[in-house]
Amino acid sequence: MLADIRLVAAKDLRIEFRSRVTVSQVIPFAGLVLVLFGFALDANRPVLETATSGLFWVTVMFVATMAVQRSTAIETSDGARRALLLAGVEPAAVFVGKLIAVAVQLLLVELVLVAGVVVLYDARIESWGLLVSTCVVATIGIAAAGSVLGALVAGVRARETVLPILLLPILAPVLIGATRAFDDALGSVAVDGWAWLGLLAGFGVINVVLGALAYGVLLEET
Amino acid sequence: MVGPTTVEAGRAGSVRWVPIVRLSGVVALLGRFPALAGIDLEVGPREIVLVQGPNGAGKSTLLRLCAGLLRPESGEAEVLGHDLRVHRAAVRRSVGLLGHDTALYDDLSVVENLRFWALASRVEEAGVGPAIERLGLPSRLHDVAVGKLSAGQRRRVALAAVVVRRPQLWLLDEPHAGLDQGGRDLVDQLVTDAAHDGATVMLASHELDRTVDLATRHITVAGGTVTSDSPGGGTGGVDDVG
Amino acid sequence: MTQPIAPQAADQGSADAPASTGSRATMGLGLVVLVGVVAVVLLGFFGAPEDDQQRDAVRMIFVHVPSALLTYVAFATTALGSVMWLWKRSVWWDIVAHSAAEIGVMFCGLTLVTGSIWGRPTWNTYWDWGDVRLVTTLILFLIMVGYLSVRSMGDDDATATRASIIGLIAAVNLPIVNRSVEWWFDRTLHQKSSLTDGNLEDLTLFTLVLGIVVWGLFFTWAMIHRFRIGWLERELRSGDLHEAIAARRAEALIDGHFQSGASS
Repeated sequence: MLADIRLVAAKDLRIEFRSRVTVSQVIPFAGLVLVLFGFALDANRPVLETATSGLFWVTVMFVATMAVQRSTAIETSDGARRALLLAGVEPAAVFVGKLIAVAVQLLLVELVLVAGVVVLYDARIESWGLLVSTCVVATIGIAAAGSVLGALVAGVRARETVLPILLLPILAPVLIGATRAFDDALGSVAVDGWAWLGLLAGFGVINVVLGALAYGVLLEET
Repeated sequence: MVGPTTVEAGRAGSVRWVPIVRLSGVVALLGRFPALAGIDLEVGPREIVLVQGPNGAGKSTLLRLCAGLLRPESGEAEVLGHDLRVHRAAVRRSVGLLGHDTALYDDLSVVENLRFWALASRVEEAGVGPAIERLGLPSRLHDVAVGKLSAGQRRRVALAAVVVRRPQLWLLDEPHAGLDQGGRDLVDQLVTDAAHDGATVMLASHELDRTVDLATRHITVAGGTVTSDSPGGGTGGVDDVG
Repeated sequence: MTQPIAPQAADQGSADAPASTGSRATMGLGLVVLVGVVAVVLLGFFGAPEDDQQRDAVRMIFVHVPSALLTYVAFATTALGSVMWLWKRSVWWDIVAHSAAEIGVMFCGLTLVTGSIWGRPTWNTYWDWGDVRLVTTLILFLIMVGYLSVRSMGDDDATATRASIIGLIAAVNLPIVNRSVEWWFDRTLHQKSSLTDGNLEDLTLFTLVLGIVVWGLFFTWAMIHRFRIGWLERELRSGDLHEAIAARRAEALIDGHFQSGASS
């Protein structure tokens, strides 16, 4: 099981970095969104400061849909999905492996985004521990919910447009929670970020378990 | 229609006929369409079965069913002793399916792809090297991304992935398609060798003149059913057991 | 134009499709619902007294609260139906899940709209983000719209499975959604639960309860009709299957040019 997880995660990551899409397209896109928000909010420093957490995580949401689409596309091109079934790999292992690959890519983007908000929005980070923990925990939840929904829409036509419709409402708690935790970490609002981290962890656990259970059905039946 | 009397000799003259594939009145749906509309077929060990039929007849679906990838809607279906209605997953590790698509990752190299599929199938990684050689892939291609290969070369890699698995039941969907003369001869050799080594082969093909002498049996699939079933010119692996 | 009173019910399973999904039972039920709605409207608008603070806006409560309750009943039904499909492959439950989702989305939309209209004169805003229940209901609405979207993309078993998993995901994630919105705002402008308060005037309370009952009956009536439609669709499809198999087998005869079996 663990070996299979490593196998699938390594394969996905190798493909991703081989094709260089993350580096040459996704990261620039994320940076671009930050800049666009700057334009839109009239480069108003106080406003940007207050909005930093929210803008950060909204950007992550958009990047997440892209990452999940690509993760799903890897398997749907050329019948690899069927071959995975045939090979007898545990569906739950495929799920976790792909989840890890998506999470790694998202964390990379978030790293760049943190640098971006520090530079562009003048963000001061009061609690690095909370910041990093939030990123990790929230990302796992996002990757989990995304991966299972990605597999769900894999066989559906118009899947590029239906995935965001399904994924983003489900991710609402993550958006709310991660933003509040970031507010605490950036020292901009007096909230208990660690409590929110607990909620994010709950979301993560629930969706990882749910995904592991549902993935098998999706691979087999759809 | 029962196939030729392929027998496995037991001790002291007793014989048992162990079907590798046993389908009776099998209906299989693709979405809501009955791709298979009542298949009756029995295939014994070491047979090489040529599956002919017009486009859209259900040949590919038949192969996928035997691979344990489809659920039979009705009828009785047994492959390698497993009931396809309940134990499809158990069948899969003993079969090798070559479909129309190659199931290869374009961004990974030949070796990386084969290693991945070997490990995923719980097969010895060591088999990858020999398989690549067997399929006649020159060493300069080993580390080339599959997406950069020609269609024929990709097909060879896909075949290598089947060879690596050493399956008991080979299911080949138009294996000759896209291959040059050398490649086609190679496929024939692979098939013959597989049967000699104890495996059973079912291949769907339009290449009639080539496979006519190869196959021990010819069946025709049309309209989702088997419309004819006759012995072929080849002896497959049967002659080894008399 | 089909006759409004069709004595045969769809569950007779006859070979001919019934003229309508109506039956004596649904006719009677529909009538009761109609009378009930009129009663609620009359009582609500003319009978029940004004609220001192909210004045006439409070009358929205007679539509809003029942709609909200029935929304949750509907989606709980969808969740249950989804589980039953995944577990037992029960076609009956699958149709129930689909029907409940459609009707639920309708009630949900009604809840949101009436909630919004109610809010405007009362709190001077069309949308109050601090209203936990309203926000959660909005998110639920969006998720279920996604459910229906996936449903509409196919009518085979794979589609049912996909939709069921969405139903499951929605049901499991909903408590977290609710909790996160709750924590988001320490206080909520939302009306504290009026039913349990005991502060309502007798007539208001009565009208409210009547509204809930009538809405419940309406839900039942709509479910029966929608379920029958779904059932008929399924029947049509499986009837089709036997024809499809026959047509498929006939293909073998059409290809006369095809030589059967290579002779050597």
